[in-house]
Amino acid sequence: MVEVKHVSKTYGSKKVIENLSVDIQPGKITSFIGSNGAGKSTLLSMLSRLISKDEGQVLLHGRDIHSIKPNDLAKELSILKQSNHIDLRIQVRDLISFGRFPYSQGRLTKEDWVEINKAIHYMELEEIQERYIDELSGGQLQRAYIAMIIAQDTDYVMLDEPLNNLDMKHSVQIMKSLRKMVEEMGKTAVIVIHDINFASCYSDRIVALKHGEIVREGPTEEMINSEMLKEVYDMDIPVQLINGERICLHFK
Amino acid sequence: MLLKRKMLLLGLLATAFSVLFLFWDIGTAFGYVFPRRLVKVAAIILTGSCIAFSTVIFQTITNNRILTPSLIGLDSLYMLIQTAIVFVFGGRQLAMMENRFHFVLSVGLMVLFALLLFRLVFRMEQRNIYFLLLIGIICGTFFSSISSFMQMLIDPNEFSIVQDSMFASFNNVNDDLLGISAIIMILTGVYAFPMLKYLNVMALGQDQAVNLGIPYNKIVRRWLIIIAVLVSVSTALVGPITFLGLLVANVAHQLFQTYRHSYLIIGAVLISIITLAGGQFIVEHLFTFSIPISVIVNFVGGVYFLYLLLKENRSW
Ligand SMILES: Nc1ncnc2c1ncn2[C@@H]1O[C@H](COP(=O)(O)OP(=O)(O)OP(=O)(O)O)[C@@H](O)[C@H]1O
Ligand SMILES: [Mg+2]
Repeated sequence: MVEVKHVSKTYGSKKVIENLSVDIQPGKITSFIGSNGAGKSTLLSMLSRLISKDEGQVLLHGRDIHSIKPNDLAKELSILKQSNHIDLRIQVRDLISFGRFPYSQGRLTKEDWVEINKAIHYMELEEIQERYIDELSGGQLQRAYIAMIIAQDTDYVMLDEPLNNLDMKHSVQIMKSLRKMVEEMGKTAVIVIHDINFASCYSDRIVALKHGEIVREGPTEEMINSEMLKEVYDMDIPVQLINGERICLHFK
Repeated sequence: MLLKRKMLLLGLLATAFSVLFLFWDIGTAFGYVFPRRLVKVAAIILTGSCIAFSTVIFQTITNNRILTPSLIGLDSLYMLIQTAIVFVFGGRQLAMMENRFHFVLSVGLMVLFALLLFRLVFRMEQRNIYFLLLIGIICGTFFSSISSFMQMLIDPNEFSIVQDSMFASFNNVNDDLLGISAIIMILTGVYAFPMLKYLNVMALGQDQAVNLGIPYNKIVRRWLIIIAVLVSVSTALVGPITFLGLLVANVAHQLFQTYRHSYLIIGAVLISIITLAGGQFIVEHLFTFSIPISVIVNFVGGVYFLYLLLKENRSW
């Protein structure tokens, strides 16, 4: 379990996250939602030690994440940020192979390649695995990065807007593979997501942020309703049950 | 594999240039000329390697292909030290100063400065590498201004002595210093060796490096110290050749088109040796010592950069 205890983050004089506590339940998909600038990415980055926190603690299995050896932590918890632009002459396949670094420190073994090929297959990247990443579309690159995270094979997977740049088909594909990873391999996923209907259809729990605080959190069924949406987004959004899924009609 | 073949070619070229430089037109005074040329070749290999290695790594850490470690102010500090010695003790002193003492003093001060700078920056709230560069550039400008001020005050004859040390030169490298430099370099190399595996990952950027379990801040700090030591040693040995690192690191990236540092580093080192040995050959036989090698290096580097810019190559 990952426990977030009273974390705060201030940039300059602006409090971005204030005294926030949340438990990430294992074996579930938790979605962070909220409007732009609500502090979702900041929270996710603190959760995954990408940025430092001013106050508070993040515990993984009861241990402060900063007391865990970086390499061990990288086998437990992975993070993919919102945008990942780099100028590097590297093939998709080699990029994905970096996911194995925590295990083999750059000397890839046979088992590593098995995992890498599995990840390539999972994200359907076989056809473009030899391409250089500067020749990819935004969505292809995003999928390559997700494949790298899959190859990293951690119990906790944190993704900041994983559906960035993806078309409908691949968005669904990624959400389905996340569900599969959670259900079949017992992994735990934490995602930041803007598409409220993807959050509604695929996540187990929803944490709604506003101005750096949690306004509401709970199981998806209890969270997706007009009243919650009004509170989080200040919009009147009807919710309808279609094929057993709660769908928010937020387009008009 | 294509990359291996390119490497082989570079290796052959580097050897060929060194041999050419050693034996060309050696004449009858073999016993006198040959040892002196050997010292130069050794100095070329040492400084060429230091500069290539440190620049490739510096660019990887900063994820930026147009930076060079001398930006943190080491070159300007070196000039300031030379100027200050002449200013305080007079030009004869600089010329006569015990070589080893002078070398240790210069290297020591440069490394000390770098350590202080790193300590200062990493203690600050806004701990990032660009902030380090910013402070480094400001310090560099400050050192240059003090140097210029002192140069204005000293006697023109003495100024010409200072001026000599402004340009890198392999013509009067001292052979006692080669030994010390080589020892420092080897020790640094041993210290650096276990961290080489992190370089490919660090090229993916800080966030990915942290995600993949690299103790990022610690490793960056160590690399910076290594870079500072290597740049200081090579500068104290032959003088500042700011442009060389930029040139060879970029040619290596351009030539190998890879993220693998094993190729990039060895490639850059060989290119550096080729450039210096070729440059020194031209200096001695074409210009008969009338221009310093750094002028040639900067000229070639400048042309190469113009070419890169004109090609609007987005891959650097
Ligand atoms: N490095 C930074 N320096 C200063 N302010 C920052 C920094 N990073 C984020 N902020 C501020 O913190 C607040 C929260 O940012 P954050 O990136 O967490 O938002 P978010 O919820 O992820 O938004 P989005 O949906 O647009 O991705 C914003 O007001 C942002 O301007
Ligand atoms: Mg965000």
